[in-house]
Amino acid sequence: MVSDKPLITDDEAAKITRVEELAYELTVGEVMTKKVFALRPEQTMREALDEFKKFRISGAPVAIDGNLCGILSIEDLIRSLRDGRIDLTVADYMTSNVITVKQEDQVIEALKLFVKWNLGRLPVLDSSNKLVGILTKGDITNGLLKALQKDFEAEELIRYRASHLFEDIVSDRSTLTLRYNVKKNDFSRGGAASNNIKKALLRLGASPQVARRCGIAVYEAEMNLIIHTNHGGVLRVEIEPDRITMEAYDDGPGIPDISLAMKPGYSTAPPEIRAMGFGAGMGLVNIKSCVDEMNLSSSLDRGTNLYMVMHLDKSKPLA
Amino acid sequence: MNLKEIQDQLQLKPLAVPISPDSIEIRTGYTSDMLSCVMTGALSGSIWVTLMAHNNIIAVASLLDIPAIIITENAQPDEHTLARANEKEIAIFSTPKPTFEIVGRLWEMGVRAEET
Repeated sequence: MVSDKPLITDDEAAKITRVEELAYELTVGEVMTKKVFALRPEQTMREALDEFKKFRISGAPVAIDGNLCGILSIEDLIRSLRDGRIDLTVADYMTSNVITVKQEDQVIEALKLFVKWNLGRLPVLDSSNKLVGILTKGDITNGLLKALQKDFEAEELIRYRASHLFEDIVSDRSTLTLRYNVKKNDFSRGGAASNNIKKALLRLGASPQVARRCGIAVYEAEMNLIIHTNHGGVLRVEIEPDRITMEAYDDGPGIPDISLAMKPGYSTAPPEIRAMGFGAGMGLVNIKSCVDEMNLSSSLDRGTNLYMVMHLDKSKPLA
Repeated sequence: MNLKEIQDQLQLKPLAVPISPDSIEIRTGYTSDMLSCVMTGALSGSIWVTLMAHNNIIAVASLLDIPAIIITENAQPDEHTLARANEKEIAIFSTPKPTFEIVGRLWEMGVRAEET
């Protein structure tokens, strides 16, 4: 089927919701009602009325041996009642030029037909044109909801697996290492590594408080690499069930006086860096208050190494 | 009170509204232009009032779970910053008024500093 929808731009594509995606992924066969009740053309309208009442439906396909020959709706019934000709046959009142969908069609195609023709239901045919089901907008809503539920369960499973990672792996000492290269002056990506680290910790089952404190400490370290180094540096996070070790190291220029650097309010940031909101002289102070252990060592030849450890509550370890 | 009431009463111009503002509840706030101070002082869920429009505000807000930033004195964030805000689901508003006045108005409306 040729789509009458114009091609979309990448920008629009990024805004497509999961539900819209599902409308393209799911097929009509997956969401339709399979146990289909069909009338026969030689039945009377009175019989049709009884069937509608019995099954609490407002329309039904008309078929002979699985071959669709029409569709009868409640409007057709009303017409026959108004005419006083309820003993005529279904064939006299049904719509015989029926719009149908194939069971392998995407749900989106069925949705387009519903909108275009303002239909209540669509008979569904298989590849040999036999009637195999009936599709209403309600079936589509149900199908989409079920698919979303499946998505959600799959996501929960991934989350569960991630947070039980350490239980699943047996060793004397299991660690997970995350490594991020941070470039000098790369302000446009400033905070990207620390945000990813925070997200990873939450996924692994860290409490929001622990993830936040680690996030803040690593953010300050990350910005120091961006602002104060010669060439940037590396952030390395080692995650173990009982503690998180975070390290930032670079190849210079080194800190001449560490105790001065640790003093609240002391900063060497130049004016253009201060204009961006940095250089409060609180970075290292923040780190110290966020983590349980901090060690800063620096040499003017080899650069700086910042070592931070967060001990996890013994009653609430990861995994 | 919710973010929509704050937006309306302070006549803030929305620059990025990734989540419907009436679904975001604001009880406390913080103000500073120094990012490290925000890191120390702002509680999660705060509204942050700042003159700073540089894209680093998004990383800070995201780390601290700050749902909304008011940028004062018509400081203008660039498109990249607003795109990041939408991605991280952080609302950005702009106002011509200075920080002092915005914070005062927020306080009058009942947004208070909360004990850390």
